[in-house]
Amino acid sequence: MSVWTDLQGQEPVVEQLRRAATVSTPNHAWLITGPPGSGRSNAAIAFAAALVCEREELAARGCGVCHACHTVLAGTHADVTFIATEKTTIAIDEARALVNKAQDSPSSARWRIIIVGDADRMTERTTNVLLKAIEEPPPRTIWILCAPSPADVLVTIRSRCRTLTLRVPPVADVAALLIRRDGVDPAMAEYAARTAQSHVGIARRLATDEGARERRNEIVRIPLKLRDVTEAVRAAAALVDAATAEANSSNTERDATERERLLRSLGAPESGPLPAALRGQVKALEEDQKRRAKRSITDTLDRALTDLTSFYRDVLLIQLAAVGAGSATTETLARVELVNRELASNLVEFANQSSAEDTLVRMDAIATVRRRVTKTNVAPLLALEAMAVSLLADRPD
Amino acid sequence: MVLIQGPEEFLAARAVQHYRARLRSIRPDLERTLLDASTYSAGELQNAVSPSLFGEPKLIEVGSLATMNDAFLVDALEYVSAPDPDVAVVLLHGGGVRGKKLLDAIKASGAPLVECHPLKRDSDKADFAAAEFRRAERRIEPAALRSLIAAVGSSLADLSAACSQLIADTVGPISVEIVDKYYAGRVEATAFRVADAAVSGNTSAALSALRYALATGVDPVPLVATLAMKVRTLARVFSAHGSSTAIAKDLGMQAWQIDQARRDMAGWSAAGLARAITVLAQADAEVKGAAKDPVYAVEHAVTVIARAARSRTR
Repeated sequence: MSVWTDLQGQEPVVEQLRRAATVSTPNHAWLITGPPGSGRSNAAIAFAAALVCEREELAARGCGVCHACHTVLAGTHADVTFIATEKTTIAIDEARALVNKAQDSPSSARWRIIIVGDADRMTERTTNVLLKAIEEPPPRTIWILCAPSPADVLVTIRSRCRTLTLRVPPVADVAALLIRRDGVDPAMAEYAARTAQSHVGIARRLATDEGARERRNEIVRIPLKLRDVTEAVRAAAALVDAATAEANSSNTERDATERERLLRSLGAPESGPLPAALRGQVKALEEDQKRRAKRSITDTLDRALTDLTSFYRDVLLIQLAAVGAGSATTETLARVELVNRELASNLVEFANQSSAEDTLVRMDAIATVRRRVTKTNVAPLLALEAMAVSLLADRPD
Repeated sequence: MVLIQGPEEFLAARAVQHYRARLRSIRPDLERTLLDASTYSAGELQNAVSPSLFGEPKLIEVGSLATMNDAFLVDALEYVSAPDPDVAVVLLHGGGVRGKKLLDAIKASGAPLVECHPLKRDSDKADFAAAEFRRAERRIEPAALRSLIAAVGSSLADLSAACSQLIADTVGPISVEIVDKYYAGRVEATAFRVADAAVSGNTSAALSALRYALATGVDPVPLVATLAMKVRTLARVFSAHGSSTAIAKDLGMQAWQIDQARRDMAGWSAAGLARAITVLAQADAEVKGAAKDPVYAVEHAVTVIARAARSRTR
């Protein structure tokens, strides 16, 4: 067992990182990019573990069993800082704290390592704070940034880092990982890896959570039952309601515990009104929780929209495969790799009712609403309603 | 002892004024004390009600009961159990449940209660204004009354001030021309008024209401939200069948909202609804930074919606 074991399907990158961990002066800043779910932060953490591993012989670095490896993987190593945000963006103050931290010498390990798990979630101003620190860190500090694509970080940061790109892992590799690590049975692992489109985290969730599977099934069937404006609007409302409910169910309990812990550590009275001096801190916590809730609603919607896109992706593949043959049949299916294989017959029927142009327009509509929901502050319900009406069979105008 | 309760501050202030004037007319040497229940310190009430050296009659006005502190609650409860018959105490409570025990005690003691509810409907406001004119023994034409409410009806204080201005400045019955002379060109447009005009297909009314709303400080963001809410209701009701009560229950709305939506739906078509929703989503993104000119974004949305509202007849 080594720290690299769980990075299934990323052999080229793993090989580079493994080699980098054994040289005496590795590059001072790394940028690990790759599609969501390909294991960017896992790769960063594994790399950090290999860098600080206690084994003497170079080839065995990243053993996964020594104290240093263990603590890095558990997120408790004193010299390895991992920062990711549950809010929409990393605050500028958090970035400033990182810059200070980067100046410290490591306390026990060979290197001080700072991993930014969401380098794409920084505004331009925040990123600029890090520029100098990333360009010329002290001799024993290493930065590792993670982002979906190199274009997500400022060009001035990109030029200071060595970039590594993870690929979309093959479905078979993701399925193998689920079988080995999570003990999922092979058929389910294959289904989960395929429907999650190789997103490891989501595949695991689909494989282990019955509710998540049901929700996904509902979402990919939406295009099949959209008939008129009323249904479209109701489907949009149902999507938003489901996203909100899901976000709330995971947050409510956690919010209450956090609040209780804060009150206890502040020594607040058990009953009666909150003393004025403490209100500011409680308010700050509540603001943070509100931002977190907003982010989790956005993330859930984003995932739902990805699932929805997979339906049209399949339809488009069928339509393109059937070009020249007049209409798609079950034979066409043999030539395409479907995400939603369970819906094959519905997909063929749907593909025959519309043209590839229609499908592209609809995928475009979904992409637009995805961009609006994740990158701007629009009302999610209205954005989804607009998407739902543009998915209708007999599109107006 | 009098309790004045309710969130409409204008009516409360007027009640206090009325009460004070009446006491003064009986006893001109009235001594008036003002107390604030939110910054009250223990014993102040006792101090204020105890007789003075020359034995003047006393009026004590206590404000901010809605945010009263505990010291006031204790003292006031004690006073209510044994009020001084020679002292008048006026208590102002802005609404809410703070000090419910005290409120109940005062009501139980049989003290008069003045309730000041805000006037929400235009007909209530018209009644209020009509009463103002009647008190001054003046007559106002119904049409004049309507345009007066449309111009200054949003705040009761404004309305009352407008009434007294008209009463003071003019003689004889008040006509539309007189009201227009004073208040023409002032229409209080809310986001709802814009939305109502737009979904009924009245483009010019919707656009002028929009301009008034923007000019009086309504932000484009809530304007789009209100339009979206209105159009959403239409879309939800559009192809729903059954009685409005059943639909209302299904959608978690009131039956009158469904009836209203069905009336608004007369000129709408499915394609029009789809177009309206699409343009609203676009406008929502634009007013939140996707475009340079948020005002144009709303205006465009209003135009498209008003046209879509006539799409069935065309």
